[in-house]
Amino acid sequence: MQRKIAFTVNQQQVEIVVDTFERLIDVLRERLDLTGTKEGCGGGECGACTVLLDGESINSCLVLAVEVDGKAVRTVEGLSNYLELDKLQQAFVNEGAIQCGFCTPGMLMSARALLDKNNEPTVAEIREAISGNLCRCTGYERIVVAVSKAARPASAKA
Amino acid sequence: MENTVVGKSYPRLDGPVKALGAAKYVADLKMPNMLHVKVLRSPHPHARIVRIDSSKAAALPGVRAVLSGQDCQAMLGLYLIDRPIFAIDKVRFVGEPVAAVAATNLRLAAQALALIAVEYELLPPVLDLATALAKDAPLVHEKLHEYAHIHNVFFPVPHTNISNHSKIRKGDVNLGFSQSDYIYEATYRVPQMQHVPIEAHGAVAQMDMTGKVTIWSGCQSPNAVRKLAAVAFNLPEGRIRVITPQVGGGFGGKAGIGIEGMVMALAMRVAPYPVRLILEREEVFCGTAVRQGLQATIKTGYTKEGRLLAQEADLIWDGGAYTEYGVNIVRAAAYSSAGPYDIAHLKTDSYCVYTNTPVGGPFRGFGMGELHWALEQQIDVIAAKLGMDPVAIRLQNAARDGSTNATGEVLVGVGLDKCINEAARLIGMDSISEKKLHHGKGLACMVKGPSTPGTAASSAFIKVNEDGSINVTISSAEIGQGMQTVMAQIAAEELGLPMEMVHINTPDTDYSPYEWQTVASRITYSTGNAVQRAAREARGKLLAMASEKLESPPESLTIVRGVIARRDGIGPTTSIKELALGLSLPTGAGRGGPVMGTGYFIPDGIHGMDPETGQTPKVTSHWTFGAQAAEVAVDVETGKVNVLRVSAVYDTGFVLNPLLALGQVEGGIMQGLSVALYEELQLSQGQVKNPSFVDYKIATAAELPEMLVGFVETPLDDGPYGARGFGEHTMVPTAPAIANAIFNAVGVRIVDLPITPEKVLAALRAKPK
Repeated sequence: MQRKIAFTVNQQQVEIVVDTFERLIDVLRERLDLTGTKEGCGGGECGACTVLLDGESINSCLVLAVEVDGKAVRTVEGLSNYLELDKLQQAFVNEGAIQCGFCTPGMLMSARALLDKNNEPTVAEIREAISGNLCRCTGYERIVVAVSKAARPASAKA
Repeated sequence: MENTVVGKSYPRLDGPVKALGAAKYVADLKMPNMLHVKVLRSPHPHARIVRIDSSKAAALPGVRAVLSGQDCQAMLGLYLIDRPIFAIDKVRFVGEPVAAVAATNLRLAAQALALIAVEYELLPPVLDLATALAKDAPLVHEKLHEYAHIHNVFFPVPHTNISNHSKIRKGDVNLGFSQSDYIYEATYRVPQMQHVPIEAHGAVAQMDMTGKVTIWSGCQSPNAVRKLAAVAFNLPEGRIRVITPQVGGGFGGKAGIGIEGMVMALAMRVAPYPVRLILEREEVFCGTAVRQGLQATIKTGYTKEGRLLAQEADLIWDGGAYTEYGVNIVRAAAYSSAGPYDIAHLKTDSYCVYTNTPVGGPFRGFGMGELHWALEQQIDVIAAKLGMDPVAIRLQNAARDGSTNATGEVLVGVGLDKCINEAARLIGMDSISEKKLHHGKGLACMVKGPSTPGTAASSAFIKVNEDGSINVTISSAEIGQGMQTVMAQIAAEELGLPMEMVHINTPDTDYSPYEWQTVASRITYSTGNAVQRAAREARGKLLAMASEKLESPPESLTIVRGVIARRDGIGPTTSIKELALGLSLPTGAGRGGPVMGTGYFIPDGIHGMDPETGQTPKVTSHWTFGAQAAEVAVDVETGKVNVLRVSAVYDTGFVLNPLLALGQVEGGIMQGLSVALYEELQLSQGQVKNPSFVDYKIATAAELPEMLVGFVETPLDDGPYGARGFGEHTMVPTAPAIANAIFNAVGVRIVDLPITPEKVLAALRAKPK
């Protein structure tokens, strides 16, 4: 069965006919060519496909496309100002929070969701916010440091 | 001259493209009319294939090709050619590819799989080492004796399940035991486990109508893929092109050749259409190479003062169903079997054993994590028995300049004692006064060298662009280790360029020069040397032209940020940019031409091992030593271990990029922690019972310990700026350091990985009160 849905991706209006079984990640990657969102497990366990849905971080492999009808989706491509990295992305680069980069888009989105709600997170809150995002390369420490640096300077309390 | 670029912390060059979500991995590549692949895998650990009927699958509209071992007899193998692309005649593990379908979409391909009828005749499975090594054991490979392998390097035992037996006979082990005051023997076990790169394995292949094949693969070793595919399909290497985009983590799991064989076989059937296979996570767990299991029995003779005199080691590796790569891990473990210690008398037998379980292969550490799990607990036990300090006993036995290792090689440039002292200092090993109840500290050391053939080569090509920037072209894969950034630093240093003037590529074997493999922690060392030489050649050409232009001898000139001038600052200047395309003469003529530099490197003097004794003057290019210490808290009610702090110090020769080096160490610690506490491929009748992240847990940010990292810099004679490889090393001693800390905390010793709460609790209950 197919359905027409309308939603925004990174503030752009999208109208598209989808199969009812189609996952959000497939619409983003295959239909809209937004391949920044990665698929790591397909089971909502690794967090690589994390995007923001109306500001909440969700696993886009677990959400059906029909569920985003009328909502706002934000992906890693929507963080930067065209070619210019945002503060969080720049912190990831500068602090060594990126290695292979495959978990990075999901990490960024989980961190963005945190910072949008709480711009002075503690280290414990940062760890908690990204604990659903698996990274096999970095050992997480540089990511926590990067998120702390991207938060308000007053932050990064232990 | 002072270094201006190497030794400095530069953020990785591929950081912005990855942070933007713009980096392209293999699953992000799209091609017109691309076909999608699903793989039919064996449900049995050991069975004869009686019949495969794929006619119904092939007849399904949209299905373009169905292949099985009936159609494709090609075999793969790096060191021992034992692995078919699709099972031929029989299946040897649950998850082995039996057939594959290429169809216009994935759903169709999945439907077609269900239509393939395979009739199996079950065979008695070999599911554990004891069964495999029993007299009259069923053979996993009846034709082992016919398999091509590298002679006098690997030693298969015909008509057994042993695909390699590597030996060390150093000194006289019986004499050593007779001179010992005490002998201690124990057995340690390591289960099979998964690499878990967050990017699943993927490849796309396409054959054009001339028969040339292009493979896009998220692999570690494009040249190895090309070479092994060339052998398998009887094609010249030049007719195969391998392109490696960004790779989402490797850890050894994407070394050698993997799924590329299947994808290439299908592409050759459906030319000119491209064929894509991206594994599902469950397939990664069941169908790709895993870290080999190990059962290590170590018998050590030592004096009452704590000096290790003799060691007998039986290393029995569970190589799984195919050991084309694993045989070399077994060899590496043999020649590294003294660990980081100076032991006069050694006898080691390292066996690679076939079982009907997932294929064993290289994993970060290449056997060293498994070996040191045993060795580094063994010495800790001995220290405890003697009432000695675990740091002191290691310092007493540590390899140092003039020591001989297991192969009899005389070691030079060893900074292990400094690593031990610094790791101990960082964690506060001696601050016993602070010891809290059920808290403990433990230390472990390690050594590793690159386990490569003596001919493993690197090469690099540099071209100077019109704007005075350069392209560094190599075929090492960027798998997250930061190799591209470090190579760019080396080129920038040598050519006097700022980092932003250096561009570096991902591999394309049609355009980038040869690289053996992105493995063995050898890229900084081996490719680094090639890049340094290429840059020096380009620099020589630039200075020769500048010399003519500036009328000053080349040795009087230097290059700073692309500007070429006399060292004394006197006289006119020119620039790399001005000379990029050759020398322009005042007459209007030109001379020379566009500037290029080439460089290659093969380590000097690697020597094979004596087949009977394993003795040799130089088995590997270089050794890197290190030490880690851990502080843990053990919950004696639940058995749960909380790793509070880990210190890590490696003698890396020279730290080319402190920020990236720190990232390697922290990542290694965390992977080691994960291996220590959680990771095990749970097998039942050969089947993986935990093929998902729900059931196969890896460490998350929630378990992050405090990490204290240091470096020792004992220069390596033939390393670029003295640098040694160390990327893999950083996870090797983490697990034994944690195990030793647990012993220190609560007096129990867990000898079988992983250290689960159940094992800790059981050990606590069994402990004499």
